[in-house]
Amino acid sequence: VTKLLFKDIDEPGLHRIDVYERRGGYSALRKALTMEPEQVLAQLEASHIRGRGGAGFEMGKKASFLPKGSMDKYLCCNADESEPGTFKDRELMQKSPHMLIEGMIIAAYAAGIARSFIFIRGEYELQADILDAAVAEAYAAGYLGERILGSSLTLSMVVHRGAGAYICGEETALLDALEGKRGNPRLKPPFPANQGLYQGPTLINNVETLATVPHIISMGGAEYAKLGVANSTGTKLVSVSGNVQRPGNFEIELGIPSREIIYGLAGGPPEGRSVKCWFPGGSSAPVLTADDLDLPYDFDTLAKAGSMLGSGSIIVVDDSVPIVDVALWTARFYRHESCGKCTPCREGTNWTVKMLERIDSGEATPMDLDIMASVCERIIGNCLCVLGDAMAMPIGSMVAKFRPEFEAHIEAARAANPFAGEPPVPAPPVLQGAR
Amino acid sequence: MTGVPRFGHGSRVPGWDTAADLDKDPMGVPDPATTPVPDDLRAEIEGHMAKYPDHRSAALPALAAAQRLHGWCSPDAIAQVGAVMQLTPAYLTAVASFYDMLETHPVGRHSVYVCTNISCSLCGARELYDAVVEATDGDPAFNVRSFECLGACDIAPMASVDGVYVGPLTPDDVTALVEDVRAGRPVLPEKQLARLPVADPDANTRDFQTS
Repeated sequence: VTKLLFKDIDEPGLHRIDVYERRGGYSALRKALTMEPEQVLAQLEASHIRGRGGAGFEMGKKASFLPKGSMDKYLCCNADESEPGTFKDRELMQKSPHMLIEGMIIAAYAAGIARSFIFIRGEYELQADILDAAVAEAYAAGYLGERILGSSLTLSMVVHRGAGAYICGEETALLDALEGKRGNPRLKPPFPANQGLYQGPTLINNVETLATVPHIISMGGAEYAKLGVANSTGTKLVSVSGNVQRPGNFEIELGIPSREIIYGLAGGPPEGRSVKCWFPGGSSAPVLTADDLDLPYDFDTLAKAGSMLGSGSIIVVDDSVPIVDVALWTARFYRHESCGKCTPCREGTNWTVKMLERIDSGEATPMDLDIMASVCERIIGNCLCVLGDAMAMPIGSMVAKFRPEFEAHIEAARAANPFAGEPPVPAPPVLQGAR
Repeated sequence: MTGVPRFGHGSRVPGWDTAADLDKDPMGVPDPATTPVPDDLRAEIEGHMAKYPDHRSAALPALAAAQRLHGWCSPDAIAQVGAVMQLTPAYLTAVASFYDMLETHPVGRHSVYVCTNISCSLCGARELYDAVVEATDGDPAFNVRSFECLGACDIAPMASVDGVYVGPLTPDDVTALVEDVRAGRPVLPEKQLARLPVADPDANTRDFQTS
């Protein structure tokens, strides 16, 4: 089993620069600095590594979109990791922060960038402190600052702490938060590669993507592309949580059967229970059922199955949990985190929660399920960012796959409602001309 | 109207009974000459401002620093940040009200964020949250909130106590947790996230003493 990011991750003191260097750390940076920036970029493109944050866009391609030239360009590491079920970046930053810093320096060299930022969510105080110390060590050792290791590369790095907002994981909202504003997403295009932070070209990548960069340079892009399967190359950290016996982070080669992750690595659901449904890529991914457990875990297969790999976080729900509860927890999260800029998302998430609460309290009719489906349909594609879609897709998939259970829940809740059996309150007469 | 709005210390929020004066100019940038700022806070904010090409980027860390000092983003805290950063209170209040970790109302000094998102709820976070609310029982020293995913689903159900992640918790742990916070001790040391080795069985090829 190939381990790149998690190889001996628990070595004591790995977060310190001396231990990291003793293990061969920063040798990839030295190798990269002997190459031309274009060659480094070519290696990244040859690796075909797809972004590990959720969208799955090829990292090398994204870096190549940055304009050439001497204007102020920026590198942002997206360490906002707030997707429910995702905790891989936390483990990486806490235990091996220098791997991320080295990856960022190499990426900055490849794209000709002189200023970099790590946007870390405010809740990760321990990890931010570790990163702060690691950045200071890297400055002291000459890996950051001016003329790094005698080359022409100059790079500054700042750890920026967020203050608790899921939306700041969206790249343009992250840029606004980094500029000291409310974290509202921006209209795209222009994309950050052309106009991002402080209106300059900006490269934004996830922690895991950037932490993989040193390994790509060490082993060569073509060699890295041999890992995994076609179109989903390399290894991936998978966070498994929910109703499993051994939750945690696992490094897998993309393309292994999902069953092997959920049952083999994470131990499957508790004794006597079975998988009811699972989110393959964080709470934003449409749910899959037990029938889909044998699907290979890679980007294309999951997309074909109507879901997505997303951030690579699997949440397992066992058969003891009512699906309405799962839907309600999911919808409430997105209602709370919607920034309120676009109407479909702000109102749609709110109404979906209200309808789900009605279902739970016995005031709903099966027609509400259709209304909910139509609300979800009208959110998708109609907002600046995909937060609304990220609620609409899983809720829509739950209603589609578990409709009988929703209907049974409506009936059962209605029977248990104290007002059951009373004649309905007549609707007020419509006033003529009131329209 | 549901009563007069009051600060946590009891005094009425200024302006609660006056109508908005539409002829008045909006409040400008606080005057540094008449807004005293503690030296430590000023130094910290100026340190943050120096790190960015545009000093406004320091708004979030500056507000967080002011909140650490004042306990919440009070009008005083906002005015002090505004005086150092030369930003209006309106702008800073708009920023502070957007983010979950910046408090726009007085709260207890000790924050207990109980994650009640999907993974934690699947493992019993609702019962945990109820137990924490019951154990603190309106103690003004505590700021108990049910929080969205804190990114530690491997130790679900979990809580972040003054920024320290602890889990997995059961309702039985809550008494010890609250006592640790009241006594100023490290919270549940054997349940803190920092001690946790990675779950992947093949990750460590050598045998490490994980403490």
